[in-house]
Amino acid sequence: MAELIALRQGPLPVGPVGRRGLGWWGVGTLVATEAALFGYLLFSYFYTGATAPPGWLLEPRPVLQLAVPNTILLLASSVVAWYGERGVLTHRPVQALVGFGGAFLMAILFAAVQVLEWYAKPFRLGTSSYGSLYFVTTGFHMAHVAVGIAVLAAIFLWTTLDYFSPRRSLSVSAGVLYWHFVDIVWLFIFTSFYITPYLGFGR
Amino acid sequence: MSGQTPLGYLAAAGERAQAIVPLTWFVLSVSILVCVVIAVLLWVALRRGRASAEAVEIRAVAVGRAPHALRWIGVGLALSAVPLVVTLVWTMVTLAATAGPPPDVGLVLDVTGHQWWWEVHYDAARPDQGFTTANELHIPVNTRVLVRLRGADVIHSFWVPKLAGKTDTIPGQTNLAWLQASVPGRYLGQCTEYCGWQHAHMALEVVAESPQNFQRWRAAQLQPAEQPLGETEQRGRRLVEFRCGLCHEVRGTLAASRVGPDLTHLKSRRLIGAGVLPNTAGALSGWIEAAQGIKPGCQMPNQSLTAQQLADVVAYLETLQ
Amino acid sequence: MNRGEDRTPALGSVSPALEQRLQELWEGEGGLKGVLSTVDHKKIGLRYIVTAFVFLLLGGIEALIMRLQLAGPDLRLLGPEQYDQLFSTHGMTMIFLYAGPVLSGFSNYLWPLMLGTRDMAFPRVNALSYWIYLAAGIFVYVGFLGGNGPNDGWFNYVPYANRDYSPGMGEDFYALGMVLLGTSTTLGAANFIVTAMRTRAPGMSINRVPILLWGTLTANVANLLVVPAVSLAFFLLWMDRQFGTHFFDVRAGGQPLLWQHLFWIFGHPWVYAIVLPAMAFVSDGLPVFCRRPLVGYPLVALSTVATMILGFGVWVHHMFATGLPALGMSFFSAASIAIVVPSAVAVFSWLATIWHGRPVVTTAFMFFASTIILFVLGGVSGFMTASVPVDWQLTDTYFVVAHLHYVLIGINVFPVVGALYFWFPKMTGRLLDERLGRWNFWLMFIGFNVGFLPMHLTGLLGMPRRVYTYGPDMGWNTLNLVTSIGAFILAVGIVLLLVNVLKSRRGGAPAGANPWDAHTLEWSIPSPPPPYNFAVIPAVASRHPLWEGYLDEELRSSLDRGLLLDQAKESLGTSPLDALPDMILRMPEDTVAPFVLTIGLGVLFAGLIAKSWGLALVGGIVLTAALVVWLWPRRELREREAVRG
Repeated sequence: MAELIALRQGPLPVGPVGRRGLGWWGVGTLVATEAALFGYLLFSYFYTGATAPPGWLLEPRPVLQLAVPNTILLLASSVVAWYGERGVLTHRPVQALVGFGGAFLMAILFAAVQVLEWYAKPFRLGTSSYGSLYFVTTGFHMAHVAVGIAVLAAIFLWTTLDYFSPRRSLSVSAGVLYWHFVDIVWLFIFTSFYITPYLGFGR
Repeated sequence: MSGQTPLGYLAAAGERAQAIVPLTWFVLSVSILVCVVIAVLLWVALRRGRASAEAVEIRAVAVGRAPHALRWIGVGLALSAVPLVVTLVWTMVTLAATAGPPPDVGLVLDVTGHQWWWEVHYDAARPDQGFTTANELHIPVNTRVLVRLRGADVIHSFWVPKLAGKTDTIPGQTNLAWLQASVPGRYLGQCTEYCGWQHAHMALEVVAESPQNFQRWRAAQLQPAEQPLGETEQRGRRLVEFRCGLCHEVRGTLAASRVGPDLTHLKSRRLIGAGVLPNTAGALSGWIEAAQGIKPGCQMPNQSLTAQQLADVVAYLETLQ
Repeated sequence: MNRGEDRTPALGSVSPALEQRLQELWEGEGGLKGVLSTVDHKKIGLRYIVTAFVFLLLGGIEALIMRLQLAGPDLRLLGPEQYDQLFSTHGMTMIFLYAGPVLSGFSNYLWPLMLGTRDMAFPRVNALSYWIYLAAGIFVYVGFLGGNGPNDGWFNYVPYANRDYSPGMGEDFYALGMVLLGTSTTLGAANFIVTAMRTRAPGMSINRVPILLWGTLTANVANLLVVPAVSLAFFLLWMDRQFGTHFFDVRAGGQPLLWQHLFWIFGHPWVYAIVLPAMAFVSDGLPVFCRRPLVGYPLVALSTVATMILGFGVWVHHMFATGLPALGMSFFSAASIAIVVPSAVAVFSWLATIWHGRPVVTTAFMFFASTIILFVLGGVSGFMTASVPVDWQLTDTYFVVAHLHYVLIGINVFPVVGALYFWFPKMTGRLLDERLGRWNFWLMFIGFNVGFLPMHLTGLLGMPRRVYTYGPDMGWNTLNLVTSIGAFILAVGIVLLLVNVLKSRRGGAPAGANPWDAHTLEWSIPSPPPPYNFAVIPAVASRHPLWEGYLDEELRSSLDRGLLLDQAKESLGTSPLDALPDMILRMPEDTVAPFVLTIGLGVLFAGLIAKSWGLALVGGIVLTAALVVWLWPRRELREREAVRG
């Protein structure tokens, strides 16, 4: 019995190879629980808004001038990070560095624009429940962007140290997966806070 | 008060509570039956197969399988399904009958939960007919009464078990409950959502009485406080106006604050302090002097009055019939 | 591509030389460093269990003090403030610091042994989740012992929990403590899930795992998804209290009911999370003493999952009195009634197992068997409150207190004590004393039922929850006195358990590898198990690898001969469903990183509670540094290539 099972499989990789490693699953569970967290934040937004008296929105038509290009920037950075990951997987170190460095810079730019966006808002954290929800939700996201920036920086650094190969690249794939998550979750936040008011929510 | 368990709801006295009693008995009986059946099965199962007492060595008892054991689960589930479906249907029927306010409401009340007392307002729609009282609400018997519930500070829950189940009073929203009493009497109520230190002492009484008596009570409540006659009572009134009046209202006097319960007809109520003491002269003076000892943490401060002042105040309060 | 490192593990048999080699590879350091740096799941599991029992005792003492106060009407042993902190701390302790962690402890200890592997998937994360749990427990108890306990019950409704009504620091300690504990629970959940999916012994396909895997896995999938709700709720509360936000503040558009939704979206699944693994103790333990496999294994496994899926959709039954629309309530009422069905599967399976078995009555068996009837009692009272109109009368009375104690003591404490009698020999190599065990059982069983059965009646007679005293004319005097007496009898039973553990730990009869002639993998290795658990990775051919001979199974598991992984600290990774060998896992060495990270986190939270941002920053820096060291790709774990010249 034991022989059958062992022989059928042939040689086994030692340690994580590609995405075949426990760390990949670990990041998957992390993403699941974080997605739930943002789900509850958005639930709070929609629940509070739906039960609030009219006039709850402090900005009935959210200004999109900064937010839309910034959203596109963030989504584009995901593509750039993926390009970097491809670089590692195809053994093109320069492409990898360009990808991770580019994504890193775009993430920083996103964060800076988001700070401008915060200052431009006509309300603050303590103005009302809407203000609290807006700033805490985008603030939670900003914390994740900060972690993502650190992750991209680490991957960049480790790539310059020549740590990875197409086989040993789990840290890269895990970090890039996390960055995809940060970007996708922003799409939900953006839609909730910036788009749904135009569709009639919370009026 | 009916019987020895004033908050027991199985002896209901109004249609909304009565509708729930048979359902309760049903689910309770099913529950007890299930427990008994399972206990008996467990007992028999233990007796019939039990390895002999000598078999202290577990290895001495053979391991085996038994066919058909799966039937237990099939039969068990099939049998369980019957009471579950009955309960579900009965629940929905009862819910439909008791949830919403009935169409033929004869009286509308506003009740607000405060830490730790109940403010009761009659007839907000007609200001000249409206008045405010506390902790004791009167309703005419056989009349459906709509109660609009609000929370002034934290969440409380309005519960008069012999008349109806609980409805929370939540700040920022108005919840609707309705009451109906088929039998005249006094029914105890109690806050049942934890609301702080004196959650335990947040009772109210519902007095269900004949329509004539209810009208008489209501007319009396509409009147401002009677003018005191004696000199003692006048001295008391001044003290009440300048000290108690910081928080309480006595209509027809200078005391006009609404922080605490309205005292205009204090003596028409059976209890004081949201149910902590009977409404006697002795209890009143004890309450005024040492409310914090009786109901620690409540908003009513201990009053440092001389014996004479206290006697005057109580003498005046005793006139607030 | 460099495939040079791939290898086919050799097959081999257990031998003293092999054991010696593995011992050297896997044995941790001694001394303080060893204590702080170990990542051995067995040590961590035991720590979880011991810590959780300490909290059980603390919560029990709190309960006894409350029962003294409530033994008669109008007693003045405690004032309202003391009583409120006591009942809140009691609830928080039992539900968060005992009931969940004790199950994590058992699963932590048992899973790798039952699954035929050498450690959890993420040993360092495992150490971290224990340290953070300990830190969270210490954090809230520092508050409580300093007079800043929570004062709003374990479910902590706003607005009372807001600063206007609870101005002290108790609520801040509670809120931040729960965020901390939530981190620990989430880390643990991720670890359990990956361990279950990727590290089972070859051949242990998903239909051959012990029920404990189903129970704990289900519980932790739920934790992963719902713990963020409560962590978020507590975080928002803390923001409202300290930073002037208005999530729950009606005056600025906030919603008090948002708290209740977030709390119960978590709260109800959590109830299942703290009973499903305990029910699995019964499902795995009972058959051993009945001398036959569990009846209806697939149905029990499926019902475990079904319970949780339904459990996600019943949270509103905690809110039937909040003025919700009747239509919405009927849905949640129906779901709450329907959840009886999967629960009934377990009951009938256990009954059938005893009925068609040949029960050998031991203390462990008595605890497991008694769970059946206690589960039914706790279940039917839950079924009663699932009916909305009945719940309007029963909610927030002692009926609910009785119900939840039948659930938490009946379906958590009883099976946990049973599990202790059952697995103590594996953990220590010694059997617990059976004579003392009988006393232990009967005192607990009688005390518990004397205490809590009458409480149902107290509730039907209208006694509200969370009152610090009651008047003499309510009809509750005798019932309360009986309950208090029962509580103390129960306490004596628990003390006997402690005596038994302390006495038997060194003086108990030697257990040997398999004292109960049980059927799962953990009984195939010595008691206590060596640091590497299994000298060879076993191959599994059935649900009960040690009973295949008795049951005349066609396929036989291979326990003494299996894959050799003795070249480094290695274990086997297998595929999620079929558990076929997939990769060789490099397991991490002992490290203080989790401990240091926890210290950083603790300092950070101390800074937050004291609003000392400098301190918080120091904590944050320590935490970050520990993380960087931890996550830095390591060659010995094959996380990166060798440095090339």
